[in-house]
Amino acid sequence: MKILVPIKRVIDYNVKIKVKTDNSDVDLNNVKMAINPFCEIAVEEAIRLKEAGHASEVIVVSIGNKASQEQLRSALALGADRAIQIETERQLDSLNIAKLLNEVVKEEQPSLIILGKQAIDSDNNQTGQMLAALADLPQATFASKLVIENEQAIVTREIDGGLQTLALNLPAVVTTDLRLNEPRYAKLPDIMKAKRKPLVIKNAEDFAIDLSPRVELLAVQTPAQRTAGIIVDDVDMLIDKLKNEAKVIA
Amino acid sequence: MSILVLAEHDNKKLSSSTLKTINAASQINSNVDLLIAGFECQTVAEQASKITGIKQVLLANNEAYQHQLAENVTPLIISLADKYQYFIATASTTGKNIMPRVAAKLDVTQISEIIGIESEDTFYRPIYAGNAIAKVKSLDSQKVLTVRATVFDAATLTGNAEIVPITTSFNSDKVKQVNEQLTVSARPELSSAPVVISGGRGMQNGENFKLLENIADKVGGAIGASRAAVDAGFVANDLQVGQTGKIVAPDLYIAVGISGAIQHLAGMKESKVIVAINKDPDAPIFQVADYGLVADLFDVLPEIADKL
Repeated sequence: MKILVPIKRVIDYNVKIKVKTDNSDVDLNNVKMAINPFCEIAVEEAIRLKEAGHASEVIVVSIGNKASQEQLRSALALGADRAIQIETERQLDSLNIAKLLNEVVKEEQPSLIILGKQAIDSDNNQTGQMLAALADLPQATFASKLVIENEQAIVTREIDGGLQTLALNLPAVVTTDLRLNEPRYAKLPDIMKAKRKPLVIKNAEDFAIDLSPRVELLAVQTPAQRTAGIIVDDVDMLIDKLKNEAKVIA
Repeated sequence: MSILVLAEHDNKKLSSSTLKTINAASQINSNVDLLIAGFECQTVAEQASKITGIKQVLLANNEAYQHQLAENVTPLIISLADKYQYFIATASTTGKNIMPRVAAKLDVTQISEIIGIESEDTFYRPIYAGNAIAKVKSLDSQKVLTVRATVFDAATLTGNAEIVPITTSFNSDKVKQVNEQLTVSARPELSSAPVVISGGRGMQNGENFKLLENIADKVGGAIGASRAAVDAGFVANDLQVGQTGKIVAPDLYIAVGISGAIQHLAGMKESKVIVAINKDPDAPIFQVADYGLVADLFDVLPEIADKL
């Protein structure tokens, strides 16, 4: 069984972001970049399935400019077998990303596609669901547990009211939530070895897909900041303030 | 121009978040229909018919929709799609699961989790965990939106909309629900409670959340938790408030033993009044709190419960 893991290059989650002074976007200049944390969980899950004997090959794919090869090499160092970069300088919408990924799905015919539930830059939470729709596959989003048995993926999902477990026929699309696993760190020899693993580059424009934008980014603003209030002396003062000043309790 | 809103419900009760989503939809256009996809959910339709500003309640009552699986609800929405220009759902785990699938089938993209409406095609939405707000214009002719319900007021209940049964059934054989573990609680729903009291790593264990419950019960509040508390196994995942958990905006948010990581702040900083209780005076949570109490939570929580 082949597993396909699409990954995204994003600002490292530890970086405090800054909005550009002209409010055109977030400033990405000289900022540390990394694999999107949810995508990293997806890579880890795929590698664990391979280690457990469920998968024969783990393929990672990223859509972006040449710099995204850095994240593909990181995924190879973690244990993925080969990588595909779909080269583009455009900032593509989720739908166009899903369409390109669907082309990879058609070519590679994976039994399982694992994606992060959302990227921590655009926070869209939609690419996996869109890919499932385009490829006509069942989906299990926000997975906290994934088991392969009898040609099915048994997936526990984190939903608002608790947990839901679905049985999906393969092939299927799964998107990861935080508690699915804790990703490993790459070891130095594996980082060296990853440099020799195959990485194929394709051009996004070579696919017969209209990649014109569906959404126009008009402006990016810094949200209104809350300011610190006061430190109260004790419980009595706190309750008094809540009752008589803020009037939020009776 | 008509709008189809997907109702959030558990087959018995309409979620209050739907009232807020409908209010958001009404700001775009007044032709709003509500779709209820479920099973044995007639009571939900009756509740929904009273919502002010709804033209029709479409009731798809069929076993196939019992668990609101995306594979079944998506073709249902698509079968109705010719009549609508907007498809809107609450940005809950259900809405987030279904709506992108609908968008892809319509060959449009989705505008996720909007927090403001500028015009019929231009919306505000948080990016980078709420550390920036994007103003975006949808270029698609049909628009799929999810709404962060907590930032909108609820629609009122003065209406009397017609309930129209929808009999088409779509039932995928590729997926089925095998189990569901829902948290049963007598307290209000976390995402719509007027008061939320959340515990963090400082609570030390799940037992100690009882201290928060004693206070919650006195003020009609819900219990929440930081990611650290959930990851440590103190409480269930569905209590997590934060970027990757629930987004809340109650009248009063009380953060107890929570340091105030960015990812937690992203889930609660729109609250009207924030109280922080922490023994570390340098905890970042104090920078967003209206009232801070620097104290050992084990000393002050019983005192607060007593004095309320």
